[in-house]
Amino acid sequence: MSKIPSDLKYTKSHEWVRALPDGNVEIGISDHAQDALGDLVFVEVPEEGRKVAAGEAVAVVESVKAASDVYSPLAGEVFEGNANLAATPELVNQDPYGNGWLLRLKPADKSALAKLLDAAAYTKHLETEAH
Amino acid sequence: MGLKTPLYAQHLGAGARMVDFGGWDMPVNYGSQIEEHHGVRRDAGMFDVSHMGVVDLKGARVRPFLRHLLANDVGRLQVPGKALYSCLLREDAGILDDLIVYFLSESWFRVVVNAGTRDKDVAWIRKHAVEFSVEVSERKDLAMIAVQGPNARDKAMMILPPFDRANALALDTFVGAEIAGLFIARTGYTGEEGWEMIVPASRAEEIWKSLHAAGVAYCGLGARDTLRLEAGMNLYGSDMDESTHPLESGLGWTVAWNPPDRDFIGRTALESIRKAGSPRKLVGLLLEDRGVLRSHQKVIAPGAGEGEMTSGTFSPTLERSIGLARVPAGTGERVQVDIRGKLLGARVVKPPFVRNGRSLVS
Repeated sequence: MSKIPSDLKYTKSHEWVRALPDGNVEIGISDHAQDALGDLVFVEVPEEGRKVAAGEAVAVVESVKAASDVYSPLAGEVFEGNANLAATPELVNQDPYGNGWLLRLKPADKSALAKLLDAAAYTKHLETEAH
Repeated sequence: MGLKTPLYAQHLGAGARMVDFGGWDMPVNYGSQIEEHHGVRRDAGMFDVSHMGVVDLKGARVRPFLRHLLANDVGRLQVPGKALYSCLLREDAGILDDLIVYFLSESWFRVVVNAGTRDKDVAWIRKHAVEFSVEVSERKDLAMIAVQGPNARDKAMMILPPFDRANALALDTFVGAEIAGLFIARTGYTGEEGWEMIVPASRAEEIWKSLHAAGVAYCGLGARDTLRLEAGMNLYGSDMDESTHPLESGLGWTVAWNPPDRDFIGRTALESIRKAGSPRKLVGLLLEDRGVLRSHQKVIAPGAGEGEMTSGTFSPTLERSIGLARVPAGTGERVQVDIRGKLLGARVVKPPFVRNGRSLVS
């Protein structure tokens, strides 16, 4: 059973969002997603200053098997990509909700966060997907 | 629901992630594909390859039959147990499959074919076997386990009765023999030492468990793919298929042109291609920028034209991306690969990339 921390928000495409104290957000992929992808060997994170729409492909995670797009759960401006992932993409496998974060974003509309899935809804989504 | 090998329950029990492969439910990994890969390069790992087809060919004229059927020449097989790698061609030289053929006796040869092509192959072989009165039997009663790695033979030997171990260790490269009721061959698809063991399906589970107890790690098809690509070995369906011929698939070395009067299927077509010069070739690529090569990415060869990746992956041994690509014959030392809209630089190299645990590229 994959880990789904209760203090995060999620998307149906398996990204997570953490609200940071300063009103910005941190984004990554869920434990379920990293497990399904397998060993990650390459991660491409967005450049600082890039403006993204909600649902836009914002990063790429590649495992030994395949490349997958990561979609931004919220619209906003990227102010940091996780630079450590260039040399150590396996951090996403080892610690998907911690050191394996992908990017930090200044959301265009802070209220949009509340519309994402909570842990219970994401858990339910995983159960439906499995059937 | 796909087809299941006799080891299916073992894979589930070991926590394997199962995927469809050529209609079969097969383990892609048992946890970390990269660890399984390194396990084979550094120690010993085993693969369930029971989805592959074992086909026995029997009859007084089986040798002349195979000299007609295959692009490589079984006339070269003189020592019983000796194996040969060959393409099975159509009349127009399109590749129906690649296979291994074992010479067991003057009236008995055995071929091992790919899972996704076995039905098509068996139908083709049967059709051509008629005029040679060769009996074709698909051995669905057999399973196959590949044990590979520098310590593979030393570990796998322990599951054999003590008296049989020396015989098994004495097998030459690319030779198989019946030992302790199992068919053991010193062959593989990883670029490492090891055995491929063809065993009765009824004993497959017991042997699989004994091998694991002897310290051989479970490995899935994921690691099998990265290992074979590092070893510069083609995968049927990716690097070649019916629409391609051996000379544009890096397989010219498997075509036996001599003796010139041997009339194998596809010879006439292949000879005209050879005479005109194949306009395309299969090469190894080493990505110089960061990223991962994947099949079907576009390759740009400056001054020569365009080609396509046929296989690509991240090489766990080299810690960079490698692949095979079909490119124009005039391709030089450097190409560019279109990876999601970005053109990244790659160097053309001659496979294999890795052999016996060591990098062959700089």
